[in-house]
Amino acid sequence: MFTGVYNFIYFLISLTVSHSQITRLYSRFTSLDKGENGTLCREDFQRIPELAINPLGDRIINTFFPEGEDQVNFRGFMRTLAHFRPIDDHEKNKDPNVSEPLNSRNNKLLFAFRLYDLDKDDKISRDELLQVLRMMVGVNISDDQLGSIADRTIQEADQDGDSCISFTEFIKVNFYTSP
Amino acid sequence: MEDFGNIVCIAFIVWFTLVVGLIVLPAMFGISLGITEVYMKVLVKTLEWATLRIQRGSKEQQKPTTLVSNGIILRDDGSMEKEITDLRKGRSKPQINGEFELSDIFYFSKKGFESIVEDEVTHRFTSEELVSWNLLTRSNNNFQYISLRISIIWVLGVFIRYCILLPLRVTLATIGLSWLVIGASLVGLLPNSRVKNWLSELVHLMCYRICARGLSATIYYHNKENRPMKGGICVANHTSPIDIVILANDGCYAMVGQVHGGLLGIIQRAIVKACPHVWFERSEMKDRSLVTKRLRNHVADKTKLPILIFPEGTCVNNTSVMMFKKGSFEIGGTIYPVAIKYDPRFGDAFWNSAKYNMVSYLIRMMTSWAIVCDVWYLPSMTRQEEESAVQFANRVKAAIARQGGLVDLSWDGGLKRAKVKDAYKEEQQKSYSKMIVGDDSS
Repeated sequence: MFTGVYNFIYFLISLTVSHSQITRLYSRFTSLDKGENGTLCREDFQRIPELAINPLGDRIINTFFPEGEDQVNFRGFMRTLAHFRPIDDHEKNKDPNVSEPLNSRNNKLLFAFRLYDLDKDDKISRDELLQVLRMMVGVNISDDQLGSIADRTIQEADQDGDSCISFTEFIKVNFYTSP
Repeated sequence: MEDFGNIVCIAFIVWFTLVVGLIVLPAMFGISLGITEVYMKVLVKTLEWATLRIQRGSKEQQKPTTLVSNGIILRDDGSMEKEITDLRKGRSKPQINGEFELSDIFYFSKKGFESIVEDEVTHRFTSEELVSWNLLTRSNNNFQYISLRISIIWVLGVFIRYCILLPLRVTLATIGLSWLVIGASLVGLLPNSRVKNWLSELVHLMCYRICARGLSATIYYHNKENRPMKGGICVANHTSPIDIVILANDGCYAMVGQVHGGLLGIIQRAIVKACPHVWFERSEMKDRSLVTKRLRNHVADKTKLPILIFPEGTCVNNTSVMMFKKGSFEIGGTIYPVAIKYDPRFGDAFWNSAKYNMVSYLIRMMTSWAIVCDVWYLPSMTRQEEESAVQFANRVKAAIARQGGLVDLSWDGGLKRAKVKDAYKEEQQKSYSKMIVGDDSS
């Protein structure tokens, strides 16, 4: 069963994650899976104290669960984590016919963009920005002040005048070498 | 058939006499005949040989041995401020302090994903993973078949542990515990006097020594000059109920705990007749002030034995020391810290109460190779003038962690079962708010 899972992953995701990393991650997956049924639910993630105290904890947990589902298996677990693998040198000279690897800079930025953009309309609206801000600051900042912070941020980033931040504008604002 | 019955009887009697003569009696008087030493030497040599064979075997098969002790990812240990400022440095326009950036989300998401892959807390509630296999099935997580010789030794090991050592140890434990109950009850009949105290100490020591032999425990005590004195409080890190046997082999303590039913209750009632222990009813445990008062009275009486407390409140897996509850440090008196570190090669002493009940746990203990541990007595500490109970608790915890080579964590051992308090999340939100509104806090 173990080797079967390996083969499936290698086929679907074409990661070049090393054998030992997969073993360790599988070990981690099973240790989180308290129900021992091969899938993780949201409570399994919330049992990690450092994640439970993270202000964006719930959002991060949601990225593991596809639309409308409450369980994630090991394949899904690995797929989401693959976004955060460091970019390898050899991937820079990639074949343009092969689709971009999951953890390229663009895909990492898209992943972060999706943390803001909850309704997946490819735009961060003022409300969505406010939601994330509220999660990160808790009760320590008033609605008015938070609103003005959101307005200022959108003003700086918005270039096409639609009072929302699109993905292209998001990339321009966050011009990094590697996040 | 009768002859067979006779032979079995005679064999049993002979074996029992040998056990009593060679193990129980010397144990009661604290003398060692050296049998355990020989056993340990053989065991260590076998395990070393097995380790070498496994290493050689995995090199030949060219499978990379996963370094279990290193993490799977390298984590930054910087503060929130430092990391968010570093994230913002890549920006095209100069940043002003006290401003929100869209990139700030990367800090929290990175921390979040790092904690999903590997966190400091959840693995403290399961047994420590070994770097190399110690020939016990239960610790065989990532190790594969290496060679015929290793497998033969393993089968031999199973036979020795389950068919020879287990019955022996169960016998010893039964003898030890019955002796404790009977002896303590007998001593309890005497009127209060110095003789009674001396006898009670003798009975306790004897019984715990027999029990220690019942686990093949080899204990190395260090710094015996710092041993806890009467009227003090002894605090130690907690890995399993066996900690009590380990510590009580070298001194007499007054136990603190809840009244239980069953076998444990019988033992509790018996030993409290011989010398004062502090047993609480379940309802009394909820009343903090009552608990503190009773303990304070006990400590104030300088003729009573030092109290033994485990401030973590729960068993953790002996790789770290978790938060010490401040209650024990509010009682006053002198604190005698003790660090206990088990050697995981010979047996896994951690009691995972979610997975095993007491009986299965004890059977696991009695079918391990041995229990080997180091006990360090640390110099006594008292609470300073300006120190709060929490700060004092952390100071003691740091000293114990340092001595035992354990990781010093501030996380609560209660996280084994309970959810983490929201207060910690609120702290993070507060620090982040300070960052984005600058120095003028609302």
